[in-house]
Amino acid sequence: MTELLRIDGLTKAYPGVVANDDVSFVIQEGEVHALLGENGAGKSTLVKMIYGLVRPDSGSMTLSGTAYHPTEPKAARASGVAMVFQHFSLFDALTVAENITLGMENAPHRRELSEQIRSVSNAYKLPLDPNRIIGDLSVGERQRVEIIRCLLQHPKLLIMDEPTSVLTPQEVDILFETLHKLSDEGTAILYISHKLEEIRTLCDHATILRHGKVVDNCVPAEKTARKLAEMMVGEALHVPAKKNLHPGEVILEVANLNVKSKNPFGTSLKDINLVVRSGEVVGIGGVAGNGQDELLLALSGETPTRRDMVQVSGVDVGDLNPNERRELGLLTAPEERLGHAAAPDMSLTENAMLTGNVRQKLSNGGFLRWASARGFARAIVQQFDVRTPGIGNSARSLSGGNLQKFVIGREVLQNPRVLVVNQPTWGVDAAAAAAIRQALMNLAEEGAAVVIVSQDLDELLEVSDRLAILNEGHLTHPEETAELSMDDIGLMMGGIESGSEATHVSA
Amino acid sequence: MFRLEARPQSSNFWVIVTPLLAVIATMIAGGFLFATLGKDPLISMRMIFWDPLFGDFAFYYRGQLLTKAGPLILIAIGLSIGFKAGIWNIGAEGQYMIGAVCGAGIGLAMYPVEAWYVFPLMVIAGGLGGWAWAMIPAVLRNRFGTNEILVSLMLVYVAQHVLSSASLGLLKNPEGMGFPGSRNLSQYPSAANLELIPGTGMHWGVVAAFFAVIAAYVLMQKHLIGFNIRLTGQSPRAATFAGVIPKRVVAFCLGTSGALAGLAGLFEVAGPAGQVSIDFASGYGFTAIIVAFLGRLNPFGILLAGLLLALTYVGGSLAQQDGLPAAAIQAFQGMLLFFLLAFDVLSNYRLKRVKRAPIQKGAA
Repeated sequence: MTELLRIDGLTKAYPGVVANDDVSFVIQEGEVHALLGENGAGKSTLVKMIYGLVRPDSGSMTLSGTAYHPTEPKAARASGVAMVFQHFSLFDALTVAENITLGMENAPHRRELSEQIRSVSNAYKLPLDPNRIIGDLSVGERQRVEIIRCLLQHPKLLIMDEPTSVLTPQEVDILFETLHKLSDEGTAILYISHKLEEIRTLCDHATILRHGKVVDNCVPAEKTARKLAEMMVGEALHVPAKKNLHPGEVILEVANLNVKSKNPFGTSLKDINLVVRSGEVVGIGGVAGNGQDELLLALSGETPTRRDMVQVSGVDVGDLNPNERRELGLLTAPEERLGHAAAPDMSLTENAMLTGNVRQKLSNGGFLRWASARGFARAIVQQFDVRTPGIGNSARSLSGGNLQKFVIGREVLQNPRVLVVNQPTWGVDAAAAAAIRQALMNLAEEGAAVVIVSQDLDELLEVSDRLAILNEGHLTHPEETAELSMDDIGLMMGGIESGSEATHVSA
Repeated sequence: MFRLEARPQSSNFWVIVTPLLAVIATMIAGGFLFATLGKDPLISMRMIFWDPLFGDFAFYYRGQLLTKAGPLILIAIGLSIGFKAGIWNIGAEGQYMIGAVCGAGIGLAMYPVEAWYVFPLMVIAGGLGGWAWAMIPAVLRNRFGTNEILVSLMLVYVAQHVLSSASLGLLKNPEGMGFPGSRNLSQYPSAANLELIPGTGMHWGVVAAFFAVIAAYVLMQKHLIGFNIRLTGQSPRAATFAGVIPKRVVAFCLGTSGALAGLAGLFEVAGPAGQVSIDFASGYGFTAIIVAFLGRLNPFGILLAGLLLALTYVGGSLAQQDGLPAAAIQAFQGMLLFFLLAFDVLSNYRLKRVKRAPIQKGAA
């Protein structure tokens, strides 16, 4: 194998933090190279430097033997480096071909381009019709558009940032086939992912970053996933312990829940039925955009529904507002940390007040008891190991993982009878994610009913007792997690389980 | 070369220092303006900032200061509550006029009854008038999603016509020899809002303004309503999550700011102005926007900013006697807001000196 990209001593500092400190490694031609690290380890900065979005403070890169220092993504693409971002940049109202044209410097004629798209998509087994409107495509198909956009440039190096986080298991298999074919043809792939099992099966080499430095490298297939995680975190990893539970009485009951989405691109909920018992963790999987946000809003009380559609311990709460539900013990933690679960520019104390007011009795006749709120905020910070200089700091100043610990801790410490969380560990590093999962499981053990909505199937399999899938606004019947195989789940996610209702999927 | 760089947290130091910087920059730029008009800038500045406080006739002007600051502070306090929630009432000037017309209307309707309850009834009517005028944009926004900035601003011009019509028709002084304008309320003892301590300029409106400062502080810092208002301004989705009903916040903020502007109008019409007249409105409602921002939407900051702007009013009229055009004084006040907003960048960003990176040659 010949050397494709040599990275030598790259350093990039931002105010207050060194994102990359003397990073060096080599990517061979045709190899699938994993970049591993916790959130904030410096993966994104490194990749942005390779793609020309960020300029390094010092250090150098060599691509195929010549000096390489892209000043902008255009230069990187011209040199044969392409990237598929975690968040797509596609226009919903345009067709696949039109979207691809927009990103090209010298776009060929539409008909010729459509032809090229067809041939590339056939060659790499990524079926895609160039004339379809993006808005009608599934997330997996949208990703294909991004990948084909890159492949049309015949890249020597393809960078992929968390490509599988939004895919169903079947879609992941298709993607991996494509990646293998690419690497067989000599295209190198720089692969960023949190999913260690994936990296073990897919990647030839892994470079591990911690606090901006390269701390290790290895052949992933030779290590266990747990060992890889420990290399990332730098310490022995605590895996949440799952105990056999005996579910008690029904606490949360959702009956024939129908909610029309307020968002024109959202998904309306259709006849959702769910029963959650005391001591039980129910996982709700599925690809984002299938009604997760709408479900959360309907349970939190931000979208009121018909009175009897949601019940807590037999009391109808469907038309109650969020605070009235909190009083009855139904607490929620939304997905979006900044701007929904927490106000970015408000202090942690004020953010503790945000949902804690009712149950923690942080006000008296409308007058706020700031001393109690500070005590509550301090308790969250201490018990959930939130790293911050103080509770007077703004929510925005916390890292994603720390803020997530704060947001989850804020609800857990209020002794909920039902806790519904959406994407509890999204973008959170391994150690923090383990702590959050453990806290949720402990909560169930103490008798609460816990609902976890997540896109991360590994997470759901690890913590949930029963698992259901939300697909196009329908919820499958929750099955015992222990009895489910990955294939079963994939079929549930694809909507095949929903039988006759699945006709609109193929439309 | 300098570059602006976002601060992780807004700087408390700069939040306090920027208003001072803005005042200094306004003095410098205003000085140039006055110099081009052929006035000695130093003398003009002394006339505006020094003479009303410490000059030969300061005993007269000091009283003027509180008289001018009272309505500015009262209106600005109301506006600041809405601004904190991201609800932009730009039409305080109109609410001020309607408050004056309603309050004076009640007083004039009771003329010549002399009783203790006349003035309190006028105060209530003034507040309600301003409240009702501000509820128009509130209801339109809540029902139809209109923009409260446009609606409240446009209603200022409607209010101006209501005021003119009242002073020419309904409220015209029957003994006024046909001149436009109502009876003089300051000559109707039960309705007059006179100086409480002679020579200080302190009337009930100033007392109300001081009270509003303290009440606003308690509301915003110590009460759930204020917390919900701040939360709405910060992050509307987080506010809904916390159980806030956005429409109620809109109604509360617009209603409160309208009521306070209406009160300011009533205290003015029953006191310093004395009568409802076509030219009653004097721009307090618009200047109060400057006061609210100059005071950083903080009640005590607004108190100081109100006094400062009142000073430019009083000093401005002094300078006008010296030959400076009134428009120059208004431009001077406008500059204050301009510089404040410009320097405001510093509380959220810092200047960083960057060395121009050496351009690498032979880039691929």
